[in-house]
Amino acid sequence: MATLIGAACTPGGTTGSRTAAPTPSATGVIGTEPVTLTVWDQETGRVSKIWDRLNAEFMEKYPNVTIERVRKSFSDLKTSLKLAVAGPNPPDVVEANQGWPDMGALVRAGLLLPLDGYAEAYGWLDRVPAGVLAVNRFTPDASEFGTGSLYGFTGMGEMIGVFYNKTKLAQLGLERPATFAEFEHALEVAKQAGEVPIAFGNLDKFAGIHEFTAIQNVIAPKDYLTDLIFSRRGPDLSFDTPENREAAAILREWAEKGYFTEGFNGVGYDDVVARFVEGEGVFMITGNWIVQNIGPENRDFGFFVMPPLEAGDPPVTTGGPGFPLAIAAASEHPDVAAAYIDWMTSDHAGQMLIPTGQLPLYIGADTSGIDPESVLGELLAEADRVSRADGLVPYLDWATPTFYDTTTAAIQELMGLKIGVEEFVRDIDADYAAFQASRG
Amino acid sequence: MDDVVAPVALEAVRRRGPERLPGEPRAVGYLFVAPAFLIYAAFTLVPLLHAVNLSFFEWDGLTPGTFVGLRNYAAFFTDPLIRSSYGHTLVLIVFFSFLPITIGLLLAASLSRIRIRGLTFFRTILFVPVIITNVVVAVTWAWIYAPDGPLNAFLRAIGLGHVARAWLGDFTWALPSVGLVGTWGEFGFCMILFIAGIMKIPASLYEAARVDGAGPVREFLAVTLPGLRHELTVALVLTVIDALSTFDLVYVMTSGGPGTATSVPAFQVYSRAFLTNQVGSAAAIGITLMLIVFAVTFGITRLMERGEG
Repeated sequence: MATLIGAACTPGGTTGSRTAAPTPSATGVIGTEPVTLTVWDQETGRVSKIWDRLNAEFMEKYPNVTIERVRKSFSDLKTSLKLAVAGPNPPDVVEANQGWPDMGALVRAGLLLPLDGYAEAYGWLDRVPAGVLAVNRFTPDASEFGTGSLYGFTGMGEMIGVFYNKTKLAQLGLERPATFAEFEHALEVAKQAGEVPIAFGNLDKFAGIHEFTAIQNVIAPKDYLTDLIFSRRGPDLSFDTPENREAAAILREWAEKGYFTEGFNGVGYDDVVARFVEGEGVFMITGNWIVQNIGPENRDFGFFVMPPLEAGDPPVTTGGPGFPLAIAAASEHPDVAAAYIDWMTSDHAGQMLIPTGQLPLYIGADTSGIDPESVLGELLAEADRVSRADGLVPYLDWATPTFYDTTTAAIQELMGLKIGVEEFVRDIDADYAAFQASRG
Repeated sequence: MDDVVAPVALEAVRRRGPERLPGEPRAVGYLFVAPAFLIYAAFTLVPLLHAVNLSFFEWDGLTPGTFVGLRNYAAFFTDPLIRSSYGHTLVLIVFFSFLPITIGLLLAASLSRIRIRGLTFFRTILFVPVIITNVVVAVTWAWIYAPDGPLNAFLRAIGLGHVARAWLGDFTWALPSVGLVGTWGEFGFCMILFIAGIMKIPASLYEAARVDGAGPVREFLAVTLPGLRHELTVALVLTVIDALSTFDLVYVMTSGGPGTATSVPAFQVYSRAFLTNQVGSAAAIGITLMLIVFAVTFGITRLMERGEG
């Protein structure tokens, strides 16, 4: 206690035991001594049940392995993961969210194992496009994001786009829009007809990022966005660009014209999903995960990626790997952990997970059993189109450790007409510039 | 810890003897306090000192921190978000403290004066909000405040449709809306405290006031209010602390939004410590909050005691 009262003592200093990438001599579980593998994840609902089945199958395949699964909620995992991985009895396999605050912080502290050796041994890189995996990469000192060693792997992904109510669109006499102008026209027609053009609830704050990036991805160049998010050009890049201003202006205009659910800043996201499924709203700009709410076989709803400015231009949208599986540096059984990750990201696992609305990242996924007219069918077709065009942009809020707070607050203010475009880009650029300055 | 306890115990043994005057505090008393003190030290004092230490560092929670002196505290003056968060607690004090105390006083005065059937029933009903978990309260009120929720439905029904709005999404009304939930949750506590206080006031004082021809208002001002001085101090201190340390209502109802319109210091502590890896800054806000709570509590008790003299 004396040291605490005395001159301030430096906190931290927990560093992982191993930070060099292990290179396994063989794949799969070797050896027969009993091994207990502790896995921390944040899966819920149908996905969680599939995980239980996959775990059981893995234990059947390797009878000496016992998997101890610790289920956490998303926010619970976020708040407790760092303490657990840095603690004396860390879990072996964890779902570590990408970006600076989670995976970046763990890598910097040397608490995650680089997976490059395993990726090579298991051929992971041949199965998932390299560009898509960039968000799971950090340099070992975590000074750079989007490049360096692989710290997490998953076979399934996420994508933002526009869900639409087919019945309502037909009633309005509209086709699925092929250009951004057609989409804006559809919003106006829907508004005139007394419909809610875009179902949107932003009380929880996160949903606003999807609305903004859906527009931004169409207007700003894709390379600029990727460079911005990965800080590839340091302080040379600014958030204050004509394209970002234009995207912000469009979003503000849509809010001003009443294209979103009334009082959206005071409406919960889950409420609005439920209401959209029940038939309130023509469009909803959000992620693939609401397929679980709509029902994958439902033919009354469809999905498209926000259409480009010019018909036929390649589709660009926010998305990428879902929560990746990572191995704690202090794990006593990294080889077993790697075999487990391989199992959870296998084609077999993918086939089980696709009907939940998760998108296969690996090339050549078998989707033959899925009705192309259903919402899941349209989602998978769009995901395939985006993959082929290499059109995925990482989440905007990964750009800096505080970007989520800054952008979500600024978007609420912009869409609530509290601030203008000028202030919006200035606020966000201040965050970006401060982070670039801090990296030296 | 052992090195602290041992001398105290020895001291207790040495001093035990007939020369001690009756009523003089005995050192052995420390021995009785020791178990509680040890727990208090282990779970409150040590973490507190640890937090003070952390507040001088820029630390991500994992890698070695960087000593930055008082910079995290200087942010109190330079970071507009920290300042506005503290500003919001001033508004919340009105809703968590002043309003509940006023309502509690009025209810206590009327409930103890008027003899009506089912008094216990009313008291119980009015006290119910106090015993409901804040998270449940927050979820319920978020529903009440929703754009198509009961509050707006009621406003529309009585012809005030133009007042209806998305209360928690409104930059002007979100903070008062959160505050009003605090009022609802605190007034029952104040009421019970005051009812108990009024029962202690000698009936003769009321009789004397009535003989002197005092009406209900006069009686309240001359007898009830001065008689409740201690209860008022307690109510003021506890409700102001609640206002300053508000977290759960904001976390569940608005996440600090819209924008940063309902952000409060405790929410910033959470957000910085667990979401953005700014542990030092979070500790500094927490320590500052604690010092403010101390200062305010001390100020209130001193003020009320001085009034007594």
